This record gives sequence, structure tokens and C-alpha cells, in this order.
Amino acid sequence: MSNGTTKSNGFLGWVDARFPLTKMWKEHVSEYYAPKNFNFWYFFGSIALLILVLQILTGIWLTMNYKPASNMAFSSVEYIMRDVHWGWLIRYMHAIGASMFFAVVYLHMFRALLYGSHRKPRELIWIFGMLIYLTLMAEAFMGYLLPWGQMSYWGAQVITSLFGAIPGIGNDLMTWIRGDYNISDVTLNRFFALHVIALPLALVFLVVAHLLALHEVGSNNPDGVEIKKHKDSNGIPLDGVPFHPYYTVKDLFGVGCFMVVFAIIIFYIPAMGGLFLEAPNFQPADPLQTPAHIAPVWYFTPFYAILRAIPNKLGGVMSLGAAIVILFFLPWIDRGKVRSIRYRGLGYKVALAIFVLAFIGLGFLGMQRPSDVFFGLSAKSWAQIGTLCYFGFFIFVWVYTFFRLEKTKPVPERVSDK
Amino acid sequence: MKQDGADQSRRRFLTGAATVVGGTGLAITAVPFIKYWLPSERTKAAGAPIEVDISKMEPGQLLNEEWRGKPIWILRRTDGMLNTLPKMNDRLRDPQSKVESQQPPYAQNLHRSIKAEYLVLVAICTHLGCVPLYKPEAGSVTDDWLGGFFCPCHGSKYDLAGRVFQGVPAPLNLEVPPYGYPDEHTIVVGEHNTEKGAA
Repeated sequence: MSNGTTKSNGFLGWVDARFPLTKMWKEHVSEYYAPKNFNFWYFFGSIALLILVLQILTGIWLTMNYKPASNMAFSSVEYIMRDVHWGWLIRYMHAIGASMFFAVVYLHMFRALLYGSHRKPRELIWIFGMLIYLTLMAEAFMGYLLPWGQMSYWGAQVITSLFGAIPGIGNDLMTWIRGDYNISDVTLNRFFALHVIALPLALVFLVVAHLLALHEVGSNNPDGVEIKKHKDSNGIPLDGVPFHPYYTVKDLFGVGCFMVVFAIIIFYIPAMGGLFLEAPNFQPADPLQTPAHIAPVWYFTPFYAILRAIPNKLGGVMSLGAAIVILFFLPWIDRGKVRSIRYRGLGYKVALAIFVLAFIGLGFLGMQRPSDVFFGLSAKSWAQIGTLCYFGFFIFVWVYTFFRLEKTKPVPERVSDK
Repeated sequence: MKQDGADQSRRRFLTGAATVVGGTGLAITAVPFIKYWLPSERTKAAGAPIEVDISKMEPGQLLNEEWRGKPIWILRRTDGMLNTLPKMNDRLRDPQSKVESQQPPYAQNLHRSIKAEYLVLVAICTHLGCVPLYKPEAGSVTDDWLGGFFCPCHGSKYDLAGRVFQGVPAPLNLEVPPYGYPDEHTIVVGEHNTEKGAA
């Protein structure tokens, strides 16, 4: 691809003759041309990658002292927190890193909805991204069992019970996943194995696929126009800048800001008022005593609220599954003529706003008791409204774009200078 | 590679046969990897039956036991408690205990037990696996509450025979585990009742 490859001598030349080091560097970094008009929303991909690296690093360090056995797990975490040098920092980085990972991934996904980054020809980038999100959910869920606190135990109990709702094979499947008749030492041990090796490995592979797909098609941008349409005589997009040094420097700035936020949380508000580390998890797991109120960690609560909104076990589980699966199909549900929200019709803007509000609202409701009352309606009724808005978004967007009801603004030929 | 003169049909057959044989081998090899996840022999042995002495139970008393890592309740019901059961029918999903997975045949009756007085239940909500609370006092959950079990997680309600109410997320009655009476002072949980006509 590189025109007139400059053959370097010395050590680099020796390597390049045996391994495509310079070629890869050019293809993915120094000669990967990204649109010049990236904004705030484009920080989160690189931040997510940084968090993945930090999670793997702190995770390896934690396994050096953690004991994946039901009679030792809780005390080994206490040991890490109290007696291991800097153990508290490594563990807080890991536990809070999980929450930050989801926060950043949600913002990253919202960016796609804003600028149509999931739309043709970037469907596979979106699908790999969704697979990353799904794997991340499994990773976070299994990691949450490991401290063997009350919420670890009962959270795992509730979530594995979801499989019991599947007609016919449900109960056997549940026992197979748990390896016991209930959540036990066996379950803890296998979740540990999946959490520290199987799922992280899958995550890394998926991230590589996500990036390869991105670099094949090229990055979208806030205007949602293709920069590859206008190239100079060397075949370089006129509105593109090389990823390095332009975006490596920009992303470093984003990383710096992120690290400030991350550090403030780790040092001053690690539990985030029970949002990142839930209070019942400071007690060891007791299989004979359910905590008075079970809620998952905040990043799962929107789906948990959808589960509870349906007063039927199988129906609830199916709605929860559908809420995630439907996201995979978004590139085909949204058939709008333009990508970026800057040029889309009012309908899409309003629908996206309601969708985001519904998601945040469901996230809040998922932490409350179903019987709690807000503004004269129970949390359950509000969650039903939220669920309707959540699924309504997809139906609306399909109808709105399939029947060409959307009045779009003219899209510029090239990226606008704003 | 030079393809001239190659016997294509023979090649196709060999490729197909190798795919089928190799694929079958892979599928069979998957079995140990999948079965590895099932409860091991030790786990199954740890699920052996438990014996509970019921001779010192007071009327209305609830014992918490553990079998296969699951909480088990043994409730000695008073006559007053038993009298509430026939009044519940129109508020229940499955008043006749017709769902067979939820109790052994010898507990498929009004009081869902071998002896009417003693109720044995797996104390796990059939919704999402929480442990419900024992609420025997009338009016302690709702105004028309006659006593029963209430799940604090998602608000499922059960009567004093573990039968589920209508309009709650739990789909099924609480499970009655296999149990029996080796003698009149002992309940064994985890083994089916062998004494005929104990009911």
C-alpha cells in the first residue's frame, strides 16, 4: 500500500525483512488517515482501550493474592485491601475500572447513535463493538462474584436463575452453568477461570477485529460524510490527517483528563455512594440470608428494570434479552438517508433524546424497590413506561426512515469547518 | 499446484469424508468439555439427604435447614394456619398444585405435605432465587394478608403452603423437596418418602 517503500537499514531493516513492523505502523498509525474534524465524542474509543489494558494489568496483579475458593475469597480480598502493599490501590483501580469501562463504552456507543457511525458500511464495526459490549457484561458479571460478598452471591443467584426461565431445558442448564445445585464454591472457581482467562482473551480478539474493521472502512466523523470521496493526487483524503501525531496527541489529552477523574474517584469516592461498590458486598456471602434489597451494579440496572417491568418470568427474561439483541440490528433498523444528527430530521433528534432519557431513567429505576413510588406512580409502572420508550425508539426509527418520513438537511460534500 | 489430471470427484469425496469424520470427532471431543461443567461426584455426594429432629418444634415455629446448599424450611403449622389454606384458592395461580415439578406426588394435596402439620419447602423464590421472608401474622404484608411468605426482592407472595399468589412475578409454587419420615420425630430431606400411607 505504501508508495515507494523506503527500505531502512540497520536493526529496523533487519526486522522489517522478517516481520511487517514498519508496514503495520504505517497502515494503522502514521498513515492511517482519520477525518480532521473529530470532536469531544471521539475520545472514548482510545480511553476504553486504555481501561482494557489497565484492567488486564491490575487483574493479573490481583490474581497473585486472590483465592478463588468460597471459604477464602472474601478474606483474601480483605487481605489485599489491608495487608498487601498498595493492594487497596490495585483493587480499587480494578473494581472502579469496571464501572469506568462501562461509562466510557456507553458514551462511545452514544457517539455512534449521534453521528451514524454504525451505519453502512460500518455495520461490522458496530457488530464487533456489540460483541465486545456483551463479552464485557459477562466479564463484569463473573468478576462481581469473585469477592464473594452478599451482593456477589445473590446477584449471581438472580442472574443464573434467568436461565431457569427457558422452557424445558432451563433447570438443567442452570445446574450446568453453576456446576452445583446452587451458587457455590464450584461456581466461584469456574467464574474465576472464565473471568481471568477466557473472557479477557475473547475481549482482546474482538477489540482487534473492531479496529481492523474500522481501519478497513475508515473512521466516520461528526458530519457523517465519507472523506475518501475527495483525495489528493497521492490518494490521501483531503479532509484526513494522519492518526499519528495528530490524534495520538489529541487522545493523550483525553487520557489525561480521564485519569484525573479516575484518580479522584479512586482516592476520594471509591464506593461512589454504593453505586460502584454496593454496601451488602462488604459482608461475606450467606447462602441462607438474602439481602433485603438486591440490585445489580449501575451499568446493568437499565436491563434489570426492563426485566422487572414485565410481571411474567419468561416474558421478563425475553424482554431483557431482546433489549440487548435489538441493538445488534440497529444498522439495519435505521435506514435514514443521512448519518449525522447535524443533518437529520427533528424526529430522530427527539427520539434519540427520549431513548437516552429512558435508558438513564431505567438505570435509576433498576436500583429502586419495585414498590417505591415516584410522582404518584410505582417504580414498576415507571419502568414499564421506560421499557415502552426503549423499544419504541427502534420501532419509531424504522417507521420514520423506512417510509421516508424524515426531512433531512442538505449534507455538505466535505467536512465542515466548525 | 498443478491440477491437471487430478481426479476431482475422488478429491471431493476425500475432502467430504475427511470433513465428516473430522467433524464427528470434534463433536465427540466437545462432550467431555461440556460435561466437565456438570456437578461433580463430590458435589453430588455433598447433596446427600439431611436428617432433622422435629420433636422439639413448637406450633408455628419455622426451622431453617440446608440441603444441597439450598435453604430448607420446616414449618410446624397451627390449626389456625391450616384453616387459612382453603380460603386462598381464588387468589392463587395454582391452588391445586398441578405443576408436577414443584412437589413430589405425595405432597400434591391441599396442605402440600405428607402430614398436614409439617410443611417442608425449598426456601427459594421461584422468580429469581431469593429467600422469601416468613410472615405468619395476618395483615403483616397487605391488609388482607392471612399469613404466608413474602419475597423482599421483587414482591412475590406465597401462602402458608408455599402456593404462589396471582399478579406477582414468581410463576410457580415454592418447591417441596423430596422428603420423608423415617420415624415420627425425624424428617429426612433429600430422599423420597418410603413409608406408604403416611399421609
